[in-house]
Amino acid sequence: MKTKQEVLPLDFEKPLIALSKQINELEEKSLQNSEKKTITDLKSQYEKVKGQIYKNLTPIERVKIARHPQRPYTLDFIQGISPTWFELHGDRTGKDDAAIVGGLIEIDGQTVMAIGTQKGRNLKENQKTNFGMPSPEGYRKALRLFQHAEKFNFPIVTFIDTPGAYPGLEAEAHNQSQAIAMNLRELSGLTVPVVAIITGEGGSGGALALGVANRVIMLENSVYSVISAEGCAAILWRTKDKAAEAASALKITAPDLLELGVIDEIIPEVEGGAHYNHKETCKNVLSVIKKHLNELNELQPEELKADRQEKFRRLGVFTSV
Amino acid sequence: MGLKDFFKNRQIKKAAKLQGQLIANGNGHDLKPEPSICDDQLCILWTKCLGCNELLYTSELKKNHSVCKHCGYHHRLSAQERIDLLTDYGSFLEIDENILPTDPLNFKDLKPYQDRLKDAEKTSGSKEAIVTGIGTINNQPIAIGAMEFQYIGGSMGSVVGEKIVRLIERAIEKRLPVILVSSSGGARMHEGILSLMQMAKTSSALKKLHEEKLLYVSLLTEPTFGGVTASFSMLGDIIMAEPKARIGFAGRRVIEETIRQKLPKDFQTAEYLLENGQIDLVMARESLKQSISDLIRLHSQNVKPKNEIRSFSRMPLFARV
Repeated sequence: MKTKQEVLPLDFEKPLIALSKQINELEEKSLQNSEKKTITDLKSQYEKVKGQIYKNLTPIERVKIARHPQRPYTLDFIQGISPTWFELHGDRTGKDDAAIVGGLIEIDGQTVMAIGTQKGRNLKENQKTNFGMPSPEGYRKALRLFQHAEKFNFPIVTFIDTPGAYPGLEAEAHNQSQAIAMNLRELSGLTVPVVAIITGEGGSGGALALGVANRVIMLENSVYSVISAEGCAAILWRTKDKAAEAASALKITAPDLLELGVIDEIIPEVEGGAHYNHKETCKNVLSVIKKHLNELNELQPEELKADRQEKFRRLGVFTSV
Repeated sequence: MGLKDFFKNRQIKKAAKLQGQLIANGNGHDLKPEPSICDDQLCILWTKCLGCNELLYTSELKKNHSVCKHCGYHHRLSAQERIDLLTDYGSFLEIDENILPTDPLNFKDLKPYQDRLKDAEKTSGSKEAIVTGIGTINNQPIAIGAMEFQYIGGSMGSVVGEKIVRLIERAIEKRLPVILVSSSGGARMHEGILSLMQMAKTSSALKKLHEEKLLYVSLLTEPTFGGVTASFSMLGDIIMAEPKARIGFAGRRVIEETIRQKLPKDFQTAEYLLENGQIDLVMARESLKQSISDLIRLHSQNVKPKNEIRSFSRMPLFARV
């Protein structure tokens, strides 16, 4: 984990960077009394600006945090929450998609199937994981692991952080739509507990294919949307520059989705985003997973299935006169 | 119709067009609205074939179920025309027509969603993007739903999801086969995450239908994309498509931008899907009714009455061998 590594700032954090630079410069100089006062002034200003920026994050700023290259990814979470990690590979028909990872972990002495989308941190990793955009084979690997969990009565925890399912020629030829649709259908029929955590970008159908769960949980600065803000702006506003407006209009942030009843809980992040402190984030994630698994373990298999199906049956707003 | 009426109607039609309509479709597909071939108030004498540019006499074209006599191009049908094509005359009874859209997100892009809904109702003559009901096909009862592309690009929002789920629930209750005819750009952006959730909702209902061992025939027509393909459309026990229909997950433009190369001309056509093993058959419009009714007949012959299926433990001992 890279908690101690220098964090790359986002553009809206620039005023903070400027201030802290100023403070550091002054601190390096030999200190006179008058300067000490300036430093304390600057520091209090720094705290004030910091509070203002992080308390009032706009949806598009949250999108930027959700996409931050140092944000913890699925494998970071898995390593952070479980002493064991036994990775399983392949869809059994022709490929092992690195954009979806899955395997066995242990939580409180219980074996759990962990499945998630995986992004890369450098070009080489991203070539392998395709920037976290799964192919049909990835979804079929996930399906295989769902069925494995069902067979051995393992609860399932999914970690979702993907721009979406990969839009490519081969993906279409191998039936991306059917791979996603099958996951939606089969997840809804499982009789083991399923907990889904949106950790970064919840990109449309590609995210939902791991998200039909008894409990859907989001990290504070993650987003979950039917279409990317840029994509929506390009279609409805006819220019990608209106992504900020689209992000607001689409209601994609965790608090909005909690209000709409689409998610069940928000996991708090440290100030500035999960990338500032992986350890703390993993700790929060683990305690929430434990809480929900304990609750769900009380339910009978058929109740778990009915619970999940009813949860999604209720979603949607319409009038009937 | 006299010439005077013709010109008068043409003026009305032009005015309607000027009001501007924007097709909204989930994943950024480049689907242009197809001018409606003929509706009662705005009748035009001639229609230019979209396949071969031949001028066709509109009433003749309509008589031929909107299939071009010269090149066999299948023009889009409205939901009502589709139902008239597939069900026996006078047998169709619409259900859930009182379920109407609202604006849960207060969505506004260049135009408020509320206004788009009103415009869509005007241009399509339909109250939502799907019509569902019960009818017969060659005297066999069916539950059928047909999508209306003219209504905001046939996009799936809360109402479409709810109506499909209710249709499936009705089919389970009455033990009927389900036929869904898709024609859609995908999930509706204006209802944000709630539209995405309809993918899970419909797929989950289909899981129940699947477990009840009832037949589901999915018919894909020009065009079927995005969240609709990636949920109920691709989950048919039997999947059919009309000739040359464009079907896929991501839109052609999005894929070309992603992989930075030109796609083959037949990419994402019904024939391409057939070749890639994604659908069962490509069927011309004139034979659709007969073949669907044949399929239903073939699937209903060996069905055990429900009370005869006994669980293993309730079988008499001598029969358990």
